[in-house]
Amino acid sequence: MELNALTAHQLLKEIAAGGSGSRDIVSGLVARNKQLNQRVKGYVRLDDSGESLIDDRSSGSGVLKGIPISVKDNICTKGLNTECCSQILQGFKPPYDATVIRKLKQAGVCVFGAKTNMDEFAFGSSTENSCFGPTSNPWNLECVPGGSSGGSAAVVASDQAVWALGSDTGGSIRQPASFCGVVGMKPTYGRVSRYGLIAFASSLDQIGPITKDTRDCAILMNAISGHDPLDSTSVDIEVPDFTESLTGDIKGLKIGIPKEYFVEGLDKEVKAVIEEAMEKLKSLGAKCLPVSLPHTEYAVPVYYIIATAEASSNLARFDGVQYGLRNKDLKQGLIDMYKRTRQEGFGQEAKRRIILGTFVLSHGYYDAYYLRALKVRTLIKQDFDRAFRDVDCLITPTSPTPAFRIGERIKDPLKMYLSDIFTISANLSGIPAISVPAGFTRKGLPVGLQILSEPFTEGMLLRVAHAFEQNTPWHKEKPKL
Amino acid sequence: MQIKEDTLNYLAHLGRIELEAQESKILSGQLKDILDFIDQLKKVDIKDVSATSHILSISNVLRDDLSGESLTREDALKNAPVKEGNFFVVPKVIE
Repeated sequence: MELNALTAHQLLKEIAAGGSGSRDIVSGLVARNKQLNQRVKGYVRLDDSGESLIDDRSSGSGVLKGIPISVKDNICTKGLNTECCSQILQGFKPPYDATVIRKLKQAGVCVFGAKTNMDEFAFGSSTENSCFGPTSNPWNLECVPGGSSGGSAAVVASDQAVWALGSDTGGSIRQPASFCGVVGMKPTYGRVSRYGLIAFASSLDQIGPITKDTRDCAILMNAISGHDPLDSTSVDIEVPDFTESLTGDIKGLKIGIPKEYFVEGLDKEVKAVIEEAMEKLKSLGAKCLPVSLPHTEYAVPVYYIIATAEASSNLARFDGVQYGLRNKDLKQGLIDMYKRTRQEGFGQEAKRRIILGTFVLSHGYYDAYYLRALKVRTLIKQDFDRAFRDVDCLITPTSPTPAFRIGERIKDPLKMYLSDIFTISANLSGIPAISVPAGFTRKGLPVGLQILSEPFTEGMLLRVAHAFEQNTPWHKEKPKL
Repeated sequence: MQIKEDTLNYLAHLGRIELEAQESKILSGQLKDILDFIDQLKKVDIKDVSATSHILSISNVLRDDLSGESLTREDALKNAPVKEGNFFVVPKVIE
């Protein structure tokens, strides 16, 4: 197999055996990018040569020495453009590294210079809201890769990356991982530092891995997790070695099946794949039990109040003064300069969310919308607390449908928002969740299985996901490109 | 719920966004759909339920008041679209 098709743990073995070095790995990826990036468009600001500046200023001797990583365009990389795929951040070169990048560099990882495509400011479920245009799904170029971390998922699925970082506010790691047939994890809120992640909704955002298999997911989690004094919401709790959870043994585990996730709107083929996954887990010795999360139907409306409220506040910093775009009309006053800069720089979805967020926080509507949403959020969280008294984890489909066609939902924001119906609750409750490849539709589109567990038990997710993966062929399938 | 045109303009002003007439029209229809959808939350009984603004129980994380490394002036100004000497330049604020 070509080097660019290997996982990080396979490459580490190659390197240790003296077979290949970091340069060989990078040149393999560059050749692959040259061949594919114009079709998949997972990387932004990458020219036709497929080459990009590699940032390998690391301490030199870490455990991941020589392994490159691809990074979503909203995670700050010192001196490398980080624009959230928005015109308003055109040309922004962060003067510092995000904590996850600093940790990875210390571990010896080199950062691929071209960043991965995303919905502008992570606002979307299809990567169509990018100022660079959409990314294609490697399994069917006419379909979306999911979003908002669609670029990261697509480059991992098409072997244009070893692995990648994404961010997940309402499903933005798991849903694209599901659509592209790769592994994606949203860690517990507070497990991974958000320092240097350009904020969308601060009470929901988490950075996490997108990888070719569960072992790489565990290795990357080991590298990026941990308390960070620079993020006041980062939790000071011990980080286990996540690779120790990859035992393959799930005998006797109690797995909950929330009935609210198997209702109208769930694609029949997706349902069949998940039911088959359930049987597989049973055959491996797990017990499947029905559970109920009665407030599930309210997750999407709660999310679109809280997330837009927080976004409208976080995006106030883009004002044409400190960085990015500035409307150059000199005759205007300060407020007009803000308004014109923001009109020019933000795309439609960003404007929609700023206005909606401003509305739910505004005088006269705050109690009816924002405060009510915060209360229903409590009920959603309590549903999970109750369920985890009886079971070790929950399984659900990651998304109600496989990848949809480019253009199919973009004109109807509400329909797009419903793409995240199964992933949003984990962000509202802060719990960790993973998506693993679980099969394909008849047309050859990947379907992901979502596993959810209690806060700070990512090991449980990896244990179940790994056992499933090692007993199914899905993670070995590659798109024909 | 329909957001009236003057309310929409006011919200755009609060959010510091200039909207063109065409944009306002599309936005107003989309916001109506979204708010109608959100209105299902009115069905939920929230009596005696406390609000979750944050899922973690941590609050007021403090640190010692010590000076440390920070961005240099050059680094802080490097990305500014308009600057002069050691300053960010903004349009005239005082008439």
